[in-house]
Parts: sequence; C-alpha cells; structure tokens
Amino acid sequence: MAPVRKADKTRVKKVEMVRVILGLGDDVSTDLVYPGRYMATVLPSETPAFAFADHGGFQAAVMAKSIPPGAVIAAGNNFGCGSSREQAVSCLKGLCVVVVAKSFARIFLQNAINLGLKVVVAPGFAADEGDEILFDGGCVENRTKRTAFDITPLPLARQAIIDAGGLIPFTRARLVARPREPERTEGPGL
Amino acid sequence: MKKKGNAGFTVVEKILARASGKDSVRAGDVVEPRVDLAMSHENAALVINQFMEIHEGTGIAAKPWDPSRIAIIFDHRVPAESAKTATNQKKVRAFVTEHGIEKFHDIRGDTGGICHQILPERGYVRPGMVVVGTDSHTTSHGALGAFAFGIGATEMASAWTLGAAVNIEVPATIRVEVSGRFADFVGPKDLILHLIGVLTAQGGNFRVLEFAGDAIARLSTSGRLVLCNMSVEAGATSGIVPADAETVRYLRQEAGVTDPLDLVTSDADASFERSISIDISELEPLVACPHTVDNVKPVSAVEGIPVHQVVIGSCTNGRLDDLADAARIVRGRHVAAGTRMLVFPASAKIYAEAMRLGYLADFMAAGAVVMNSGCGPCLGIHEGALGDGETAISTTNRNFKGRMGNPGADVYLASPAVAAASALTGVITDPRKER
Repeated sequence: MAPVRKADKTRVKKVEMVRVILGLGDDVSTDLVYPGRYMATVLPSETPAFAFADHGGFQAAVMAKSIPPGAVIAAGNNFGCGSSREQAVSCLKGLCVVVVAKSFARIFLQNAINLGLKVVVAPGFAADEGDEILFDGGCVENRTKRTAFDITPLPLARQAIIDAGGLIPFTRARLVARPREPERTEGPGL
Repeated sequence: MKKKGNAGFTVVEKILARASGKDSVRAGDVVEPRVDLAMSHENAALVINQFMEIHEGTGIAAKPWDPSRIAIIFDHRVPAESAKTATNQKKVRAFVTEHGIEKFHDIRGDTGGICHQILPERGYVRPGMVVVGTDSHTTSHGALGAFAFGIGATEMASAWTLGAAVNIEVPATIRVEVSGRFADFVGPKDLILHLIGVLTAQGGNFRVLEFAGDAIARLSTSGRLVLCNMSVEAGATSGIVPADAETVRYLRQEAGVTDPLDLVTSDADASFERSISIDISELEPLVACPHTVDNVKPVSAVEGIPVHQVVIGSCTNGRLDDLADAARIVRGRHVAAGTRMLVFPASAKIYAEAMRLGYLADFMAAGAVVMNSGCGPCLGIHEGALGDGETAISTTNRNFKGRMGNPGADVYLASPAVAAASALTGVITDPRKER
C-alpha cells in the first residue's frame, strides 16, 4: 500500500449490517471482475450486467437482481490487478456493492475513488460468503466470526477526490474556477 | 529505507518535480504534474463520454487542453469485432477530426499498430516526459526514460480538461541492478518474468521499478520495452530505464527524432526504497504458469504440457527482434499437427520489415497464421479465443483466468523462443533442446 497519511474520514462511516455475497482470494484481476470480451460495452448503465460474468453464482444473482445494496465483496491482497478498464469499477458501482480487501491494485483503487465505488482497505480482513459484516468508524467487524479489523484510511491525496464526490465533480470545479489552468511549465517538446 | 535528508533524487522524483513546477519533490509528496502525452486506444470512446460530462452545465466548451499532446491508437479490437466496437471507433474518429488530433492511428496497414509500439516508434515519447495512458501497460514508455503510468478513462478525461494529472503521489523507487549477459535462448522476457516471480504480483505496488546496471546499458530499447511493459505485472506504477546513449540512438535512428533531448537520470546517491541485484548470466528460459504472472517456473518444470495455440506478438513481444527469434526457430520446419500458431507483429512498420526480411514467409511456410497488427487474442476480445480445456503458450503479458477469452482454458507466458519451439513440438519445449 501507499504510505498512509492522517485522514479524518474513512470511506464507510455509517453503522449498518451487511452480508458478504462473494468471497475471493488474492490477486483478483480485472479480467475476472469484467471479462475482456465485454469491453466494447462502456456505459455505466450497461456494465453491471457483466460483473464477474464468468462466476456462475454471482452472475445468477446479478440477473435475478437479488444483490442487496451495500452487500460486500470480500477479497485478499491486490484486488483489481491487471487492466485499467474502468468497467471493472463501474459494473460494481452500478450494483451498489462495497469491496473490502486486504489491499487493492493501484489503478483499480484510483478508478474506484474517481467513480465513487465504495472500497475499504482492511489489511487483516477475513470473511466467507454469508458472513455478517458491520462497518463502525475505523473498524470493520465480522459479526459471524466475531472478529474485527482496522480500516486503513485512504491517502490524503485520494480523500480530496472522495470529498468532492468523485473525479468528475472535482475536475469540473477546477475547470470552472480556473478555466485554462494550469499554465504549462516548460517541458520536453514534441 | 535510506535517510532522505540531503540524498540525491531518483529520475522519477526529478521528472515529477519539473512537471509540477517545483524545485524538488520526494517519494510520498502529492503533486499535480502537467501531462506531456495522453494516450488512449478504443477506450477513448469512454473518455469522450466522461470528458463531456465534466463540461456539462459549466457553459465551457468541451475542448481538450492541447490536442497535440493527445495520442489515440486503435489496437484492441482491430478490425472491429462487433457493431458496438465499430460504432465506438466511429465516434472516436469524429472527435479526432473535430479537435484536430494528429497523433491518431487508425486501422491501417501502413501506420497502424499497437499503442505501446506506435508511441516509441513514432518518437512521440521522449525522456523526461510525463506520459499517461488509459491502458495498464503504459508503463512500457519508461523504456525511453519517461515517467509513464496507466490511468482510468475518467482520469484521462480529467487530464484532457486540465492538462495535468491531479493528486499524484510521488512513488518510491525500487532499483533493479542488472549485470551479466544472457545465455543463448534467454532474453528480456525471462528477466522480467524472473523479477515478477521474485517480487510477486503485488511486490511493486505503488512503486517504480528503475532498471540499471551494465546489462541494461547494453540492452536495446526493444528489450527495455519488454521490462517496462511488464513492470505493471508486479503491481508497479511504472518501470523506467533512465535515458542513455541507447535511448538517443533509438530516438535518432529508429524514431527519426531530431529535437534536442533531455536525458534525465537518477543521482548516484538517490534515495531508493530498496535495491535488487540480478545476474542475467544465471537465467534460464522461464514460463509464467496459470493463472498468475508471478507463478514463474523454469521451462524444464513444465516441459511436455500439450499446447493447442501458440501466440507470438503483443506490446510485450511483437517487435522485430522477437519475430526474428521465432522465425529463426521455425524456419524450414513445421508447426505440429493439432497446434495452431498465430503471429501478430506489433505495428505495420514491423510487419513490413518482417516481410522484407522474410520472417513472415518463414512463419507461413511453417504453418503459422500471420495476423494484422494489434492486440490480437491477448485480452480475449476477438481473434484466437481458446476452447474449453485448451492450453496456449503466448509471448503476451497476462495469463489471468479468462484472459484469452475462456475461463476454462490455460495460458502460459514465455519468450518468443520458448513459444516458437513449443509450436514445433506441440508441447511446452525448451528451445535450447529443440535446436
């Protein structure tokens, strides 16, 4: 993980009980989250249909629209490694799920923050499908296993984008405030 | 970690300091570097959507900050595999025309190719640049001494708007000191697979891999592109080879660049997070086994596994020296029955050169199918999908479950030499034995 700075807020603040709908291991690639063969589909309104398209159980739940908002995808280290495809984030955001992982791959984490997918970094986190999860401030509790894990605050640089409501409003505000900023400093020519 | 204090700076710290208009920056600082080059492929269609959304309701016309610094290359699905893709490509073409984006490479047999080959080949990437691309293998361009990293479509839309990458954390650097000389049939692919095996798929997360040492000084830009391309498979933000005499040779002689070049390098006393030393003389041909790139084994451990498809190409290993390695092995011989061999030159320029040198004729006479330049079956979108239970050996960069279009298939990653030797026997083969 990137060096962590003091941040006032963590991603999920509300105290609410949710269930793990998908339990995964380490190094879950974006090819698994959103298979390459669906990459021609780009609209956030259309991508959720292909979330974990090769995972039979999850796909069935997507089709049946039986995934409750706030449901948890639990994963190990390096979730979202591989391709930068943003569909891997928009498909999960469309399903309103929360991804809790021991750690995330860089581009996926940044895309999640940019689009407003809820992600929680909890280095010791362990949970199985069906477990009941409770987010409580800086802590994620596995009520089923009676375990609790510290949430690692996101780096401050990321938090500013979250606070703005995502990268689109963040950049829009900058655009409106300083239409043609920043001035180019001298750099390698083309 | 070495004490920073008065220590020197890494090449990436220097590039980001200058791009951010600061005297100096250190790993961990948050900066907003100007973007020198912003690359997209077919996913520019999504970037355009997000770019329009940023401007929505502002009353400000949606014009990219500097069309001369935007590059768009169609490569992922060429020619289009579906009406949807063709329509997206059409939309991108209209945008390119509207905004006068000149660094646009359409589906063409003269100027087309894979984005990560086109950018270096055309001299678009220069040492010291900040390059962003909506493709994780944008790390490739570190081979020219640039700081290059992959971003998502929304972040690209933001860069098109502001001309800068916002809230970038300066990454720490892992220095990879490489010495020695490759043995026969061992090359840059084996070196990067070895390193990924050592670091693991996440060992480089949020770090830069900086390649240095006498073996790197001797390595061609083509070989350096292999290393930087696959740095992301260790999770790295970027790979980089600080610009040197070879960088200048490549840009002058091969890319036709005549402008002055600024060769930014790390200070001798730069503050690296850690260093790794590798003597490549000791390396043997390696293979990344299903389904993670860090599952690296010597080819001897997997010899004899039947392969149904052999793929030579991609942004990792589709350049002229790769095709030469493979052609040398298959020349005058035949691809095994029951095995299909697909060859994808990384660009139209490489395709033409391989044709002139007779490599394509060698491939075809051996029974291989020479395909058009592009990403081919690497990401499983079209061309060369695998059947249930089938196995491929490929010179590409990822072997994730489902990567080549079928979650019920296996993909092994290897060098062009190992892949070509395996095509002849129909089983995973050590090229040193097949000669």
